[in-house]
Amino acid sequence: MAAILRELGTLSELRGAEAGEFTLRALQNGKLDLSQVEGLADLIDAETDEQRRQAFRVFSGELSERADAWRVQLIRAVALVEASLDFADEEVPEDVGPEVSGILARVRGEISEVAEGVGIAERVRDGFVVAIVGAPNVGKSTLLNALAGRDAAITSERAGTTRDVIEVRMDLAGLPVTLLDTAGLRETEDEIERMGVDLAVRRARSADMRVFLGDVGSGVSVELRPGDIRVRPKADLLDDVSGAVSGKTGEGVGALVDRIGAELSSRLTRSGVATRARHKSALDRAAGSLRAAEKSVEDGEVGYDLAAEHLRDSLRALEILLGRMDVEAVLGEIFSSFCIGK
Amino acid sequence: MKHLSVDVVVVGGGHAGVEAAHAAARMGVSVALVTLERSGIGVMSCNPAIGGLGKGHLVREIDALDGVMGRAADRAGIQFRLLNRRKGPAVQGPRAQADRGLYKAAILSEVESCPNLEIIAGEVVDLLVEDATVLGVRLSDGREVHAGKTILTTGTFLRGVLHIGDRTIQGGRMGNRASVRLAERMDSFGLPMGRLKTGTPPRLDGRTIDWSILETQPGDDDPVLFSFLSDGPTARQVACGITHTNRTTHDIIRNNLHRSAMYGGHIDGVGPRYCPSIEDKVVRFADKASHQIFLEPEGVEDDTVYPNGISTSLPEDIQSDYVRSIAGLEEAVILQPGYAVEYDYVDPRSLTPSLEVRSVPGLLLAGQINGTTGYEEAAAQGLVAGLNAAMAVQGREPCLFSRADSYVGVMIDDLVSRGVSEPYRMFTSRAEFRLSLRADNADQRLTPLGLQLGCVGDRRKDRFLDKSTRLEHARKVVTAEQFTPKQVNEAGIAVNQDGQRRTGMDLLAFPDVSFADLEALIPEVGEVDLEMRRQLSRDATYAHYIERQKRDMEQLKRDEEHVIPDDFAFHAVEGLSNELKEKLAKSSPANLAQAARIEGMTPSALALLLTHLRKPRRVRSA
Repeated sequence: MAAILRELGTLSELRGAEAGEFTLRALQNGKLDLSQVEGLADLIDAETDEQRRQAFRVFSGELSERADAWRVQLIRAVALVEASLDFADEEVPEDVGPEVSGILARVRGEISEVAEGVGIAERVRDGFVVAIVGAPNVGKSTLLNALAGRDAAITSERAGTTRDVIEVRMDLAGLPVTLLDTAGLRETEDEIERMGVDLAVRRARSADMRVFLGDVGSGVSVELRPGDIRVRPKADLLDDVSGAVSGKTGEGVGALVDRIGAELSSRLTRSGVATRARHKSALDRAAGSLRAAEKSVEDGEVGYDLAAEHLRDSLRALEILLGRMDVEAVLGEIFSSFCIGK
Repeated sequence: MKHLSVDVVVVGGGHAGVEAAHAAARMGVSVALVTLERSGIGVMSCNPAIGGLGKGHLVREIDALDGVMGRAADRAGIQFRLLNRRKGPAVQGPRAQADRGLYKAAILSEVESCPNLEIIAGEVVDLLVEDATVLGVRLSDGREVHAGKTILTTGTFLRGVLHIGDRTIQGGRMGNRASVRLAERMDSFGLPMGRLKTGTPPRLDGRTIDWSILETQPGDDDPVLFSFLSDGPTARQVACGITHTNRTTHDIIRNNLHRSAMYGGHIDGVGPRYCPSIEDKVVRFADKASHQIFLEPEGVEDDTVYPNGISTSLPEDIQSDYVRSIAGLEEAVILQPGYAVEYDYVDPRSLTPSLEVRSVPGLLLAGQINGTTGYEEAAAQGLVAGLNAAMAVQGREPCLFSRADSYVGVMIDDLVSRGVSEPYRMFTSRAEFRLSLRADNADQRLTPLGLQLGCVGDRRKDRFLDKSTRLEHARKVVTAEQFTPKQVNEAGIAVNQDGQRRTGMDLLAFPDVSFADLEALIPEVGEVDLEMRRQLSRDATYAHYIERQKRDMEQLKRDEEHVIPDDFAFHAVEGLSNELKEKLAKSSPANLAQAARIEGMTPSALALLLTHLRKPRRVRSA
């Protein structure tokens, strides 16, 4: 193989393709659009099954298909508005308002829904963050080590051993998860430990999910939010082990993994076809412009010029996801729909 | 044989030719306008109306540069209507029914009274060509007119064929011959050509129409004229009639489709989608039981009526049958049958933004020959060609219009960068900066340019400067002071207590705030006259959006500044698809902005082009 490549390399007409060169050409020649290229990149980088499934959805053009469908509907809406502006003297349908409003509300709803799914999809791509929180010395680090299957954190009998936040990236139930081991939450005079506690609170709050080991002491609190998990610590010391976990013996660890996996997976049903912040900003812009267009249409004919302006802006936002639109597409829709001309 | 030598020779006395000759003459160069006969100058060969949506904008822009179309239309106008009056000012377009005779007379008097401009009645049979450069024209009587620049505005003369049913007649217009020798000369340049068609309805004798049973459409009570120099209509004002086709009409047409030139397979040209023949309407919109027809009088003293909406290429007897099936037209007599005309056009992508043929120096083309339709589109191109021909003769840089400053710029750019697939007509939706490019501010946008070029006369100059002074003063009055929400509310204008300080102009942007409401807040607005009030109110309506568009306009202008050299080798740009390379080479965009508008162009391809424009071509490593 290497010999063949070397031999081919000596021919002056040939050179090896550079990394991504075929993809670049596919993009330049319009065989793939930008979102599909992103999907391909994610597919190559995928670490877990769910990431692969999601990346494939983007690569196979599901986002492009949705955006294309919106574009077709919005071009129809622009055409209706433009027809009533440019062909005021002709027999265009008397009042295009109701049809336009219907299209705008429907498309805006769909776009917003997909935009909301971006957060979840980003998690699938970049991983969920799960923080283990609890009072000092309940066995958080021991649990982390048990979950990770290695000694990632130092453990000891002394309360307050963990000061920094320990991160372990792992595949949990087919999902990319970053586990955080945090300092035990308590009031303390020790300045370094207090900094560790503050950091723990901050990271725990911003995590996608929190696993509480036992009750959290009053004073410094991290709230239990819907979707969080609470388990009793140190199952090895208990007679009744239901709902308890022990990093030391492994008691309840499997069940905990299942619970975390089930909760995160349930969030995935909201995951959409749009996966990146870039997608979200384009979708948000489109939805915002559509809302403004809806308002202008509600003002009646006098607002149609502004409605058209907002509609064009929403189409430009979709173009950012797809290719270009142009006025010919709008005129084409007008002429195929209305009998225009004297 | 007496030969003539001028700076610019214009061939054709239609809307493009007149505007071209007049514009060049205003620039101070010597101009000859060659036309078949003097009486053909300023003829309206299609419907007797000027302006409309997009088109009205073009007329205003022509007028802002001191062109003739607006002034002539005002003198000939017998019914003025501002279209979209109830919609936003950006989409309002002035339109007028024009008396054909008055229009022609007004145009002829403009041309005759124009210094530096000589009319030559004669037939141009050939171009004078030397070293692939056009140096003037030869007339049928052997005379030669030598010129620095030659502008062809010959409409539908290139292989023009008229169709009435299965009857075909060679010629560009009823009663005119087609110029075959000139067409052969054009052929020799090897320019890319296409074929288009357009149609006209039968003309009716107004005395045989039963007006008593028809609905009428009068003009506006307060007519809005075209020219910034006009004060009011001068001709007697009339109303148009309205009637409709019906099922019987449609049956007659449907049963005789095979006898229509278009449907009988006699015509290959592509017709405009927005101006379909009645055959087209009946076939394509079969579920519509009726189509509207406007009965437009061709003049105050003229009994001819133009039934707008039923253009056709059916045989004469069928035309008579279907016309008489229509309410009010039961006894109508056809004065001239409707016909379709088919003609060649030059692919405008072979032109520069000055409308000069890239491969034939010295030759400029304007009007229908470039694939457009409409008087206004033709006139606007004439203006561009005339100005640029004069500037070239004077050794000055070309005058280029941008999509960001005018509809003229939008049209020229559309034509030379995208070409046409049907007769090109202006629409407001073609202008991405529609909110800024309004009919009402055409003078503010373009007259300063005209003053700088030197194509604007003293009368307009004085009027414009006076208006600008008043406008500036009025603007100062409403922007000088900012008011707190409390002050504003105390003056009787309801605003939110949001802590936002606002000028009078900001307040005018609210839909329910008028100039009169401001008086309690700013006593000086009492001195602002009605014209300025209207202008500022319109500006205020869009102020917020225009601010946003400015960024896009600047982007566009930056792209326009990335000039692509004429000899740029698109095929050498690695990574461009062959399809795009071909399209680019074919349309040879003059700048990056034009390249961006080529169909199928992608952002990455543009980036690639830009890289190649910025630095010398990369040498590929082995």
